[in-house]
Amino acid sequence: MKNKELTFKVFRFNSDTDYLPHYDTFVMKVTKDEVVLDILNRIKWEHDGTFTYRRSCRHGICGSCAIKVNNKPTLACKDNVFELVKVFGEELILDPQDKSRAYKDMVIDKKPFWDKYKKVKAYVIKDIQETPDFENIVSPATNEEIDEADYCIQCGNCYYACPSVSVNEDYLGPSALTLAFRFNADSRDEGKQERLKIVDELGGGIWDCVKCNECAEACPKELNPIAKITKLHNQVFEEGLAKNNIAVRHSVGFKTSIKKIGLLDEGELVRFSEGNCGVLKHIPEAIAMFKKGKLTLPWNMPESKNLDEIQSLIHIASTAKFKNI
Amino acid sequence: MAKIKYALYTGCTARESTPELLKSTLAVAKALDIELILLDEASCCGASHLQDFDDMLSLTLNARNIVYAEKLGFTMVTICNTCQLNTSMTKDRLDEDSNLKDTVNAKLKEVGIPEYRGTVDVKHFLYAMLDDLGLDAIKQKVVRPLTDINLAAFYGCHNIRPSHTQAKNNGGENPYKPTSIDNLILALGGTNVEYEDKNSCCGFHVELQNPTTANRLSANILSGAIDNNADAVVTPCPLCHLRLDVQQHNIEKEAGRDLSIPIFHLPQMVGLALGLSPEELGLQHNIQEFSFIQ
Ligand code: SF4
Ligand code: SF4
Ligand code: FES
Repeated sequence: MKNKELTFKVFRFNSDTDYLPHYDTFVMKVTKDEVVLDILNRIKWEHDGTFTYRRSCRHGICGSCAIKVNNKPTLACKDNVFELVKVFGEELILDPQDKSRAYKDMVIDKKPFWDKYKKVKAYVIKDIQETPDFENIVSPATNEEIDEADYCIQCGNCYYACPSVSVNEDYLGPSALTLAFRFNADSRDEGKQERLKIVDELGGGIWDCVKCNECAEACPKELNPIAKITKLHNQVFEEGLAKNNIAVRHSVGFKTSIKKIGLLDEGELVRFSEGNCGVLKHIPEAIAMFKKGKLTLPWNMPESKNLDEIQSLIHIASTAKFKNI
Repeated sequence: MAKIKYALYTGCTARESTPELLKSTLAVAKALDIELILLDEASCCGASHLQDFDDMLSLTLNARNIVYAEKLGFTMVTICNTCQLNTSMTKDRLDEDSNLKDTVNAKLKEVGIPEYRGTVDVKHFLYAMLDDLGLDAIKQKVVRPLTDINLAAFYGCHNIRPSHTQAKNNGGENPYKPTSIDNLILALGGTNVEYEDKNSCCGFHVELQNPTTANRLSANILSGAIDNNADAVVTPCPLCHLRLDVQQHNIEKEAGRDLSIPIFHLPQMVGLALGLSPEELGLQHNIQEFSFIQ
């Protein structure tokens, strides 16, 4: 395989001296084995010694070298440049994970990211003797429960790819929620209830995940953070902590509706989730929809064929409970 | 070539708040000589919310839906991104985990439903058309090219992510650079608009509990499309459509700017180029008007 001459457009910003960021362009011959970190190194060593970025282990373990290439979350020491060229072509744009939080070039202020780990108490909670006379043994079977969440290297790729985080600074985000799940699943931990109450808050917890799967795509360790978030949802119901709020009713309401008609009664789901008062704010949309023939009235509500089959299946396959649903 | 036949899983939205989606899908299939057999026995897929409450129930209901497609023996075709992801994720999990498959099949058996075997593909109509018919065949049927119309493709999350699931069952697009709808627009004679948020999230799934988040995310999409001179947005997902079309006034309020732009369902755009009338494509049901269509 030949070398390739590639163009790198690199985000540059120094918060001490600059008002606005700019992009510098570097043209380099790149070989097939080079990873993005090699490029960052070469920019610094061969072109501009002031270029700044984080890296430490060079082995995909410390999580410090994460940046974005053409908006794709990348672990610089892991991602091969030619693979990126296959997708994006011969001009690659290197950006920090979050341009709005840049200190200097690729280095950003990650304080909110780290604060969220503190918020979810991402550590084992347990009263232990200072001089225990037994070991806390975790069996391979209980370790399975953790579902590899302990492989998280806290690189932040999922967090800075999360659209919900990008518009709502209160959202805990996939990274902290993945570790909340990880410690909930730890057989030594006694903080599950406490942690679930934190992640169950409306406005910043699990119910604010928009289910975009960006985190699943972004994670260099393939940890599928959104699947962990689904498990946290399940735990909230299992532990009987689910509150009677709009988000909980929205998820539970699907079952009620499917039981009745096999399908979703969309209007009724909104009413059930919002409550009789809350639903009033949807009247403008309802009128607009009615005028355009988009509102299904009760007497026109579709129903699945073989509904009795669906109802029996719901009867025998249900595993969760919320009130009497 | 033998006639293409699919088992159509309509999902709930196409039968309720977006009747124009079902109408235009059926009309386009007819024009392309594709036979669609409706899976009237199917239930709701749970729309990625039921699984938060009861994962096993969601899995079992989706398995039952696939069984009905297996009975027919045709590829199961979806017309909603979220139906697509829920159904194909069920398929993946059952195909990869024989214990889980046995558990689910035991439940199906108890109610007299044949077992899930994993014998049919599950694909969004967009990718089914592209794979089985191909862009060239569609192009040949264009009678009214979308000349001089700037169209912004909006892909929607659940048709492009997570990529390993999409590669196994669906279009297998690169989620960081999806191209199928853009290529389709070009094949139909239109102009595709490049903008940053074509592969981002519309926020639909938190619309009720956090409308601010949903509206801010949708605003990025609409402003991106408008600022790059789009005449219309086109999406393969009715949930994205509900956001961008029905909620447009709330999105504008959140953004504090005018964001009015009409939103096509994918088959509405295809149908227009195939010469179908606005009525046949249900354009009268869209909230935002298409002023450029006579
Ligand atoms: S799936 Fe949820 S947590 Fe993951 S990136 Fe999307 S909104 Fe964030
Ligand atoms: S879950 Fe994955 S992407 Fe997120 S911080 Fe951990 S390793 Fe990084
Ligand atoms: S340098 Fe440590 S993960 Fe890349």
